[in-house]
Amino acid sequence: MIKVDNIHKSFDGTHILKGVETEFEKGKTNLIIGQSGSGKTVFLKCLLGLFMPEEGTISYDGKIYRDLTLEEKRNLRQEMGMVFQGSALFDSMTVSGNVMFPLEMFTKQGKSEMQDRVDTVLKRVNLVDAHHKYPSEISGGMQKRVAIARAIVMNPKYLFCDEPNSGLDPRTSIIIDNLIKEITEEYNITTVINTHDMNSVMEIGEKIVFLKNGHKEWEGTKHEIFKTDNKAVTDFVYSSDLFKKVRQMYIEERN
Amino acid sequence: MNYLASIGSYAIMIKEVFKKPTKWSIMKSLILKEIDELIYGSLGILIFISFFIGGVVAIQTALNITSELIPKNLVGFATRQSIILEFAPTFCSIIMAGKVGSYITSSIGTMRVTEQIDALEVMGVNALNYLVFPKIVALMLYPFIIAIAMYVGIFGGWFAGVFGGFSTSADFIEGIQLDFIPFHITYSFLKTMVFAFVLATIPSYHGFYMKGGALEVGKASTTSFVWTSVVIIIINYILTQLLLG
Repeated sequence: MIKVDNIHKSFDGTHILKGVETEFEKGKTNLIIGQSGSGKTVFLKCLLGLFMPEEGTISYDGKIYRDLTLEEKRNLRQEMGMVFQGSALFDSMTVSGNVMFPLEMFTKQGKSEMQDRVDTVLKRVNLVDAHHKYPSEISGGMQKRVAIARAIVMNPKYLFCDEPNSGLDPRTSIIIDNLIKEITEEYNITTVINTHDMNSVMEIGEKIVFLKNGHKEWEGTKHEIFKTDNKAVTDFVYSSDLFKKVRQMYIEERN
Repeated sequence: MNYLASIGSYAIMIKEVFKKPTKWSIMKSLILKEIDELIYGSLGILIFISFFIGGVVAIQTALNITSELIPKNLVGFATRQSIILEFAPTFCSIIMAGKVGSYITSSIGTMRVTEQIDALEVMGVNALNYLVFPKIVALMLYPFIIAIAMYVGIFGGWFAGVFGGFSTSADFIEGIQLDFIPFHITYSFLKTMVFAFVLATIPSYHGFYMKGGALEVGKASTTSFVWTSVVIIIINYILTQLLLG
């Protein structure tokens, strides 16, 4: 579980995060949503330890990040997996090399043992024929799968995804969303996803945190988001006619 | 103030490069890859330029000897001195700032833009050590290609002098042996080692700390070339004053 307690973060005098408080539970897909400029990416980078908040604390299963030694922080980082918006695969390495990279860096496993693990995770993300291809030779959806495979190869406790379905077609987006949800449940990890995609909210949002102007405006489940009267949330989530109709149907069904 | 801040963050970067080393089995292959890219890959252009610059120095010297009182071996002497003291270590380093420097800045800058550096940091890898240290080690072999550039440059001078009819082979060889001071070679290689460090780190700094997108990668490469050249020229002046002055 990740607990965020009243974090503040500023850049060049601009206050980006203004006292965000929330909890992300283990084995669940937790979503951070909000408009562009609401502080989602900064929040995610604070969770990853890439940015240090000026105030407040973030704790990972009871361990407060700020209080950890450098060595403990490095060890904690190795328990985190990250799927970047643009996949961030290493161009100079093959698919297999990208997935094997964390194993080569941080384990003492032999080559065949590492290759077995790589084969297992690539099979898990349904990528069996792309081992020797370079990132530039595969599609965006396949790159996302490789990024997920690389993120889970070390059996992380925490998985972070920054807009995992941006730039993907709707069908591939759903496949990626479902893959992340299945992996979260299967490996019992704490997953936090930063997204704009309302399909993801409706499909996999077990907990949703809505950020507005750097503070938590609302939080709840995908079922609660249908019922909320919070204007900022409804304006953002139901900005399209399609989602307005979906909400209407949901409410009518419940009544 | 911005310059001071940049010098400060450059110093911090250098400190970070030597912290938390990457596993040797991985570092070894990274160093070999960088030797191939930065050293072996630059050999051709440096040999080509050295040969022709050596030739031009010999021709220019010969054409400027108008007095009968000046010995003919001056062509070889001037070529040797120009090549060993300035052309090979300094001029070649400016060329390398363009070739190797922009390669380093653009490759690291592209990794920054495409979040590959963030990916390394999230994994707990010391990205500066992983990316910059192999380049520093690889460029410690830079004096070897400068030694080749010296040899080829003097050979180019001999070739142009003898086959262009500006000097005899005997005069030229006498000239390159005349008043030879071994410390000049030491001075030249000392400069080269310092330039190698500059060539590895300043372009890396510009690539690593760049912000923005593809356009900024191009701008960072240009800025990196300018600053690497400026620093090489300033260091050249200081080292010459200290070692020969």
